[in-house]
Amino acid sequence: MLIILARRLAQAMLVLLLVALISFAIFRFVGSPVENILGQDATVTDRNELIARMGLDDPIPVQYARFVWKALNFDFGISYRTAEPVADLIASRLPATLELAFISALMALSAGILLGIFTAIKRGGFIAGFVMTTSLIGVSLPTFLIGVLLIWLFSVELGWLPSFGRGDTVRLGFWETGLLTVSGLKSLILPAITLGLYQMTLIMRLVRSEMLEVLRQDFIKFARARGLPERMVHFRHALRNTLVPVTTVAGLQLGSIVAFAIITETVFQWPGVGLMFINAVYFVDIPVMSAYLLLVGTLFVLINLIVDLLYLAIDPRIRDRNLRGGGG
Amino acid sequence: MTTPLLHVDGLSVEFPQRRQRLQALDGISFTLEAGEVLGFVGESGAGKSLTGAAIMGLLEPPGRITAGSITLEGRRIDGNAAGVRGREIGMIFQDPLTSLNPLRTVGDQLVETIQLHLNLPAEAAGARAAQLLEEVGIDPARRGAFPHEFSGGMRQRIVIALALAPEPKLIIADEPTTALDVSIQAQVLALLRRLCKERGAAVILITHDMGVIAETTDRVAVLYAGRLVEDGLTAAVIAAPRHPYTRGLMASTPNLDAVSVDTVLPQIPGSMPGLSALPDGCRFHPRCDVALPDCSRVAPVFAHGVACHKFAAEQKGEAADAG
Repeated sequence: MLIILARRLAQAMLVLLLVALISFAIFRFVGSPVENILGQDATVTDRNELIARMGLDDPIPVQYARFVWKALNFDFGISYRTAEPVADLIASRLPATLELAFISALMALSAGILLGIFTAIKRGGFIAGFVMTTSLIGVSLPTFLIGVLLIWLFSVELGWLPSFGRGDTVRLGFWETGLLTVSGLKSLILPAITLGLYQMTLIMRLVRSEMLEVLRQDFIKFARARGLPERMVHFRHALRNTLVPVTTVAGLQLGSIVAFAIITETVFQWPGVGLMFINAVYFVDIPVMSAYLLLVGTLFVLINLIVDLLYLAIDPRIRDRNLRGGGG
Repeated sequence: MTTPLLHVDGLSVEFPQRRQRLQALDGISFTLEAGEVLGFVGESGAGKSLTGAAIMGLLEPPGRITAGSITLEGRRIDGNAAGVRGREIGMIFQDPLTSLNPLRTVGDQLVETIQLHLNLPAEAAGARAAQLLEEVGIDPARRGAFPHEFSGGMRQRIVIALALAPEPKLIIADEPTTALDVSIQAQVLALLRRLCKERGAAVILITHDMGVIAETTDRVAVLYAGRLVEDGLTAAVIAAPRHPYTRGLMASTPNLDAVSVDTVLPQIPGSMPGLSALPDGCRFHPRCDVALPDCSRVAPVFAHGVACHKFAAEQKGEAADAG
């Protein structure tokens, strides 16, 4: 088990170094930071002095190594726009995004899996058919449209829920949470649905097709022949076998929930890192963009790592193959 | 006369299709006494497995029983087989590699079955699982292992243990050894037969292998295209098969004593008709070398353990000669 973990960690490190390389490269491709900082009237002496101070005259690998080292110490530079350290900026905005993503993911996973099982077991039934048809809407409508539609219906027409912002928040140490106030929770509902709907329908359709596949297997037939009631056949024998492939896709989808949060956060003016990123793009705020890229990359890698470990926990065959073969 | 263990009377199964209804079983009748080993033999698609599935109430939709009755110890079980499934009738399938849930330990699956049917507390169920594994020749210490850690033969032994766990009165074994190595087939069959004998459980053994029938069964039923064509004591049927199809099956079974390397095994000409194109009259007549004019028009009646016009005519002739 430890060997597998070590191997996976090494792979994760490699991927992260590559992501860091791209983040680092952004600085070089999107214009020189020197021009941005100094403006047009600077003299050549000023320029050279600044270049030397920022270490931009060092060889590229040295600059890259310095970038990685700083990133490891949570030093992502200073935002060009607000002149705050990027790390502080992200720290103040990350809780909003993570809470939104977490609630969306929770909703997408629980509702997706439950509905998937339901539509698989009740295949051919009226309600299952209805759910399947409506799920097409979730798959095909773009996120921003769903967001706008929800705002129109629940905020403008019915006036039940706020249309933007995070509501009141409570500070717990460094973490600013909206989960403990009524207005915070109310503000969370619409963006969470907007962000999670696509993932939910995707997971539901995946669970359904996997479940149908598993239900055709011989061991299900044998379980029935042993006299197990349908409930046991479905939940004890079919479900776990369904979850093996679903885990992989669900894991990747959770990563993209954080990434897709950009759109939802823009629609709902949610003060998270996605909105911060969009604003950074408007102002070509390179350090913020670069740090955001690193953050999302790290999240993806972390989630993948967790998925791999979950896989091992669920399926004994993979556990054994990994221990014996060593091939990964 | 006492009630037989299982009585199947005029069982017909159909698969309704958009255009037509495919009749997969047509009026199958047979009786099984307690502790008897009955073999079902026939080509693929003859309806052997389907008969087993119909008894278990495990027909895949849209397949359904359209006529006939299935009685277990005098109780009708067609239509409500859920109550007897597993508990009174156990079933073993062809492929042991896929019959077990790959994500749960074999002990787990055994205990689950035992607890469900025998209402034992967890500890007693665990002990019983260990004892069953021991009986089928698997080290009980390995009950915490997963199915993929066992070989095919061992897995089929575990499947047998699972089927026997609730102490059923009848085991339906659907080609239990087809997927196994030839050297292990005999072992597994002998084990199945011994364990059932010890428990007094009857067996329906579904196979296409006449050799397996000869070695294992007390009685044999021959199926062809959804109909029962011959039924009799195994020894008698093998010694003197009455239906031309049974004779063809026997002739095409290799026999180590008689066959030299260059002998070509005889085969039955043609192939079994599909369900959508069943011939009129006797379904075997297009392939039969002794067919009479009646055979293509009238379905033969099942009498004296065989459904054949030719045989009936010969019987009549003998009776006339004697009289």
